[in-house]
Amino acid sequence: MINIAAEKLSMRFGLRGVFKDISFELNTPSSMTVTGPNGSGKSTLLKIIAGLLVPTSGKVRIKSDSDELKGEEQKKIMAVVSPEMNFYDELTGAENLEFFMKASGYPASSEDIIESLKRVGLEGRGDDYLKEYSSGMRMRLKYALAILKRPEILIVDEPSTNLDISGKNIVYDLMNEYQKNGILIFATNEDNEISIAKERIDLVS
Amino acid sequence: MKSRSQKKELTWSAKLAALVVKDLRVELRTRYSLNVLIMFALVTLFALGVTFTGQILTFRIHAALIWIMIYFSGLQGLSGGFVKEEEARTAMALRLYAPSSVIFFGKLVFSLLILTILVVFLFPLYYILMNPEIKRFWIMLLVLILGIFGLSATSTITAAMVSKANVKGALFAVLSFPLMLPLLLIAISATSVCLGGGDGQTLWDSLKILIAYPVIVTAVSFLLFDYVWNN
Repeated sequence: MINIAAEKLSMRFGLRGVFKDISFELNTPSSMTVTGPNGSGKSTLLKIIAGLLVPTSGKVRIKSDSDELKGEEQKKIMAVVSPEMNFYDELTGAENLEFFMKASGYPASSEDIIESLKRVGLEGRGDDYLKEYSSGMRMRLKYALAILKRPEILIVDEPSTNLDISGKNIVYDLMNEYQKNGILIFATNEDNEISIAKERIDLVS
Repeated sequence: MKSRSQKKELTWSAKLAALVVKDLRVELRTRYSLNVLIMFALVTLFALGVTFTGQILTFRIHAALIWIMIYFSGLQGLSGGFVKEEEARTAMALRLYAPSSVIFFGKLVFSLLILTILVVFLFPLYYILMNPEIKRFWIMLLVLILGIFGLSATSTITAAMVSKANVKGALFAVLSFPLMLPLLLIAISATSVCLGGGDGQTLWDSLKILIAYPVIVTAVSFLLFDYVWNN
């Protein structure tokens, strides 16, 4: 079982305070959404949880059973989907998935890659270079990588950015599936997405 | 689809190989660094060739010219690895999926490969155009290998540091120059002896520094890298 606990997280960029004293605790299975106006620090909070940013004060602890996970161990059980995260334009969709899975230490078979692409509606597009992908297809590829990784914690920033209706439905299915088996944390302001989560944090600007 | 617990984790070296193969694949498809390096080297080489036609140069001048070409050509392309990751916004995914140590050594190996290609391309051309006498060829080869190892190690950590800055190119040159200068001076001195201008003791003293420098820089850079990359 995975436990994630944030203790009094605060973040400042220079003199500007983004948020202050954010605390929460989640256990598998669960889900939490982070809402708030633009500039309130939703993406920043997700990056802190993912270990991509260091908070000004406070701490995020992640435990597997009773063992606290540090640094690289935390990354192994986590996947992040974000519009800010890009893959390599010079590689094909399948090559991108293959590379990131190898870099994480758990290579994916070609069958698994094809299956994950099929799951996100990119069947037959794996051999196309990423530079030929539309923004929606790029977003779908990020979900394909999350599916391949099968993380215990899935962090999603703006889940439906750039996605069409069918893309949104695929993502909502995936999110519902994850919150039943793992921990799902996502940032959004869309009403239909907020209702997916069991818990909610509201940030104010 | 197998879950992570059902799979055997790849070794550190297999992850490193994956990163180097990815960088080489991207480089071969874009020629982001290689084209700049080769073109800069060619222009410099032909300018020197034309300028010094018919003149007899001392061993030290030959040595200085060889390393100036390697250094300035390398400078044009070596910052590319980390800078391109930040500019293309792929650094975030890399941070999430690859361990820091794999990223550091992967970029170091990639720089080493790029500089090796440059030297393999440049040195025979320099020999044909400038026709220097080489008395200790194999030791000179060792000096070149140690020199480019030192340049790669220094440029890797410097590129990681400047990759998040606004004026990356200028900052890379400013930061890397004082770090690489001692290495360049020693490499020039050792190369000069290999060409025929000095005694064995001078060469041995230079070789000791050329071996120690990249080892120390790599060790210190590795200790610093996690902080530079993740903060």
